[in-house]
Amino acid sequence: MELFTYARAASPADAIKAAAAASTAQQGAEVRFVAGGTTLLDLMKLDVERPSRVIDINHLPLAHIERMPGGGLRIGALVRNADLANHADVKQGYPVLSQALLSGASGQLRNMATTGGNLLQRTRCVYFRDTDTPCNKRRPGSGCSAIDGFNRTMAVLGTSEQCIASNPSDMNVALTALEAAVVIRGIGGERQVPIGDFFLLPGDTPDRETVMMPGDLITHVILPPPQDGARSHYLKLRDRASYEFALASAAVVLATDKGAIRHARVALGGVATRPWRSPEAERVLLGKPATPATFAAAAAAALRDAKPQSQNGFKVELAKRCLINALTTVAA
Amino acid sequence: MTSNEFTRRDMLTVAAAGTGALAGGSFPMTPAAAAPAKEGPESMPTLMDLSLSVNGKEHRLSLDPRTTLLDALREHLHLTGTKKGCDHGQCGACTVHVDGRRVNSCLKLAVMAEGAEVTTIEGLGDPDRLHPMQQAFVEHDGYQCGYCTSGQIMSAVAMMKEPWGSDDADIREAMSGNICRCGAYQNILAAIRQVRHG
Repeated sequence: MELFTYARAASPADAIKAAAAASTAQQGAEVRFVAGGTTLLDLMKLDVERPSRVIDINHLPLAHIERMPGGGLRIGALVRNADLANHADVKQGYPVLSQALLSGASGQLRNMATTGGNLLQRTRCVYFRDTDTPCNKRRPGSGCSAIDGFNRTMAVLGTSEQCIASNPSDMNVALTALEAAVVIRGIGGERQVPIGDFFLLPGDTPDRETVMMPGDLITHVILPPPQDGARSHYLKLRDRASYEFALASAAVVLATDKGAIRHARVALGGVATRPWRSPEAERVLLGKPATPATFAAAAAAALRDAKPQSQNGFKVELAKRCLINALTTVAA
Repeated sequence: MTSNEFTRRDMLTVAAAGTGALAGGSFPMTPAAAAPAKEGPESMPTLMDLSLSVNGKEHRLSLDPRTTLLDALREHLHLTGTKKGCDHGQCGACTVHVDGRRVNSCLKLAVMAEGAEVTTIEGLGDPDRLHPMQQAFVEHDGYQCGYCTSGQIMSAVAMMKEPWGSDDADIREAMSGNICRCGAYQNILAAIRQVRHG
C-alpha cells in the first residue's frame, strides 16, 4: 500500500474542499473518501488505488433514512447496506432493494459497506485487480487483457473494444429498476442525477465509470414513491449459493391491471458494464398479458444486442432465464 | 522493537518538534494537499497518535495510517486470537465486533476505529469462563485446524442479534462470510444451532 495522509472530514463542505484538490474523481484519484472501506482498502492493498490523501467521511451526518413528503425515501450515503436492507420501509415498499442488498457480500461486509460506497463499487475483473497485467480501465491505453483472456465472468452488454468488465453491484441493479436518483454535492453546489445517467459506458474511456467530478460527495439516494399495486423482485444467479458475485441477475418491478401489464421496469446485473436498464424489455411487456410468452419475448429483447466473448456465451441464455424467472415470480 | 522503528520514531519526533504538525484525531483539513505519494527509502509515514478501546481497555498507539485494525490488534496490541487469512475481506478469519456489530478488521483502518468499542475473541470469554458460543464450538467440535475459529465464533455471536430466520438455511446464509478451509461446516452449524435454540 502506498503512503497516504489521513484526515477526518468535520463537515460535507470540508470533505468537498479537500477532494476538489484532486485532478480526477475516477481511476487514479489522488484524494479518496473512505466510508466502509470495503472496496477502497481492498484496492489500495493491491496498489490499484493509490490515493495520497484519504478523507474519512464516517462522521458526517449522512446515516439516516427519511420519508419524503409525498412518498419516497431519502437514504443517507452513509447508511450501511445491512441497515438499508433491513429497514422496515425498504422491506415494505422496495423489496427488490432489500433482496438485492442481502444477496450481496457477507454479513460482515454489509455491516461496513455504505449506500454511497456501493454506488462507486469497482469491477471484479481479475485483470483490473492485477497491476502486472494490461488494463485500459486501470491504466488507459495499456490494452484489455480480458478480451483474449479469462472472460467467463465479463460483460456481454455495453462492452467496447477497450473494456468488457462487468459492474458487480447488486444494489445498483435494484436502484436502476426503482429509478432512484443520486444526490451529489460538489464545489458548484448540489445536483440530482438520475441513476440511469450516473454510470457511464466504457467506450474509449473505461477509466471513467461515473459522472463524479473532483470534490463531488454523494450525500443521498432518493427513491421515488413505490408504484401503486406494483410488486418487485431481485433474482441473482451465481457459481455458489451465497457470498459470490452475480453471473446474471434481474431486478424487476411489475404492475398488472386486469391481467395486462401496466407498469414494468427491468434491470439486469452481472452481464453488463453498468447496471443495465432494459427499455427494450419494458416496451415488450407494457400492455401485454403477464404470460410466459410475453416474458420470453421481453427476455429476448433485453439480450438482443448481447456480444458474448470466447467464454461467456452462456450468460446470454442465463440472463434470459433469470429475467423470465424474476418476472414469473412477481406476476404470480 | 527493530532498529528501523527506532529510526522512524526518532525522525518523527524531530519532524513533529520542527513543524508542530503531527496528524492525529479530528482536525481541520488544509486544502490542496493532494501531493503524490513519495516513493523510495526517504519516504516515511507520519505516525498518528490514536486511542483504541479494545475489550473494555483503552490503548494509546502511534501508528502508520496504513495500519489496519487487524494489524493493530495482532502486531501492536498482541491480541493474536484474531487471524489474518486473505487480508481482503473474503475469508472472515479477521472478524471482530465494532460497537457490537461484526466487521472484517482487515478492511478497516485502525484509525477509523477510534472512538468505537472493539471486541475480539479475547474479550468474549476465557478458558475458565467460556462464552456459550465458545463452549458450543468445543462441544460440537466446530473446527479442525482452528484457524478460522475465532472469526467463526465472533461472527456467530454477532449474528444472533441480526434479523435472521430460525432455519439451518438462515444460519448457513448468515455465516457465508466465514470460510472454513477444513470444511467443519456441519459441526459449526450444530454449535450455532445449539446456542440459538438453547
